[in-house]
Amino acid sequence: MSIAAATQSFSLHVDDFASIEEEMGHYADPRAASIGALKIVQKRHGWVPDAAIPAIGGVLGIPASDVESVATFYNLIFRRPVGRYVIKVCDSVACFLTGYEEVRDELCRQLGVGFGQTTPDGRFTLLPICCLGACDRGPTLMVNDETHFGVSPQDIARLLERYP
Amino acid sequence: MTADTTPLTYRVNVGAPPDLRGYESQEGYAAVRKALKELQPVEVTHLVKDANLRGRGGAGFPTGVKWGLVPMGEGAPREKYLLCNADEMEPGTFKDRLLMEGAPHQLVESMIVAAYAIQASCGYIFLRGEYVLAAERLKQAIVQAKAAGYLGANILGSPWSFELFVHSGAGRYIPGEETALINSLEGRRARPRSKPPFPQIAGLWGKPTVVNNVETLCNIPHIVLRGSEWFHALSQGKSKDSGTKLYGVSGRVRRPGLWELPIGVSAREILEEHAGGMQQGLKLKCWLPGGASTDFLMPEHLDLAMDFDTIAKAGSRMGTGLLMAVDDRRSIISVVRNLEEFFARESCGWCTPCRDGLPWSVKLLTALERGEGQPGDLETLEQLCRFLGPGRTFCAHAPGAVEPLQSAIKYFRDEFQAGIVTPAAQAVA
Repeated sequence: MSIAAATQSFSLHVDDFASIEEEMGHYADPRAASIGALKIVQKRHGWVPDAAIPAIGGVLGIPASDVESVATFYNLIFRRPVGRYVIKVCDSVACFLTGYEEVRDELCRQLGVGFGQTTPDGRFTLLPICCLGACDRGPTLMVNDETHFGVSPQDIARLLERYP
Repeated sequence: MTADTTPLTYRVNVGAPPDLRGYESQEGYAAVRKALKELQPVEVTHLVKDANLRGRGGAGFPTGVKWGLVPMGEGAPREKYLLCNADEMEPGTFKDRLLMEGAPHQLVESMIVAAYAIQASCGYIFLRGEYVLAAERLKQAIVQAKAAGYLGANILGSPWSFELFVHSGAGRYIPGEETALINSLEGRRARPRSKPPFPQIAGLWGKPTVVNNVETLCNIPHIVLRGSEWFHALSQGKSKDSGTKLYGVSGRVRRPGLWELPIGVSAREILEEHAGGMQQGLKLKCWLPGGASTDFLMPEHLDLAMDFDTIAKAGSRMGTGLLMAVDDRRSIISVVRNLEEFFARESCGWCTPCRDGLPWSVKLLTALERGEGQPGDLETLEQLCRFLGPGRTFCAHAPGAVEPLQSAIKYFRDEFQAGIVTPAAQAVA
């Protein structure tokens, strides 16, 4: 990401503005919609650009620093650009027992990146994630919103092909 | 599968969950009708107390007692909240996902009845962000329930009104802690709050708030419809605890899975009969009774009843009741290292012992795993177990984190000792 991209002006998409206002209506205090608002912006841009932070704060009526403190706390909010597809590999104990490390290693090998990195073509970002709540079907991973169960190293090539 | 023996799961269908009509045709929303037409709110709470329902999120606190602390009557605040803790993220736990994906209306109905008991004005299902399918299905169920008059203003013509929303989170394990959940819902960092005041007095936005786990709540309509005596009988005399429980097994067993069984069945029955025992060629080395933050137990503990008090007496906790079987091919240090990496990463950083102690334990465990441990490392780990124990931090994250560590050292001290460099090897190096 260039510095120019980070500092360029940002205006909330009109639909996103409406969605955030709708979220705000669910709560006694608009601040409670901050996670929802960050997710709405992220859905459109893939991540939350710097300039979106004060814009969200403006809609919610809270300081940008408060929005940022939330944005930097939760791991599903991305404050850096990510690939078109974010692969989240469960690295918790049940998947550890069923062999997530082999799955991770094969992903790293085929993508040429490690956890926290994005492929140079901007296609995939690889991240670890905590227990996905499917421990009877491990190892598990998610690609964007889709969850895959019982993944083995042999499945990786075919799995990646599904996400062009 | 019938309502009488497996009430929580008999309507569960993950492939095609019952819609409003399908759910209503299977006694769906009958408990809402019964509660609102025949019972006073406090009578619902009494029923749940009499039923001896204990929280299924891991702590086992009596649900009726929790509700009983909420201010009621004329003088009580107008705004009160019911929160469903659907932030299922305890490693090894996969039960609430099934209930939400497979029978979303059951949870919605459960929340309505529970909210009626405490006279809540509004409820939120705090759902972890990764449960995308559950979010979709629960939102749809709420729309349908609202259209049918089970939610909203003056429910079924009564003076009581209740709104319900799905609040989807954005990750991290710590929002599963009830006061951190409240902070997260308010749109803040999920750090725990100091107690007292307890949420029942001052919770969400300072108002009386009850936080209940998904599975706990899903028991409520059945207790209302069939009564507390029926609920006691569900455990078939296997335990002082009442009801059924979703038990599961993960790890390298023949048939990992999830089953609704009478509470208090033995761990052996769950592991050997339902999960089929260990895979070919593997032996059970040790097991976690209910999630990452419970103490390890050994094969000789398998005949214990899986209930809150029995497992506590054996030095662990039933927790979420989902067993994790560790096989004999695994080094215990590697398993504990993985667990502590998880807890270190997921610490919110608010309390120093947790923020600094957990990464320290990971460092020591990593060294021991590589056979590079130094004399004194084991004692340092034991010291950490004490420094991170109950009472030293705001919430139960650090005390939970040391449970598997302290028990692993207790049962497998030799393995830990073997990770320490001997003076001779050191001299050669």
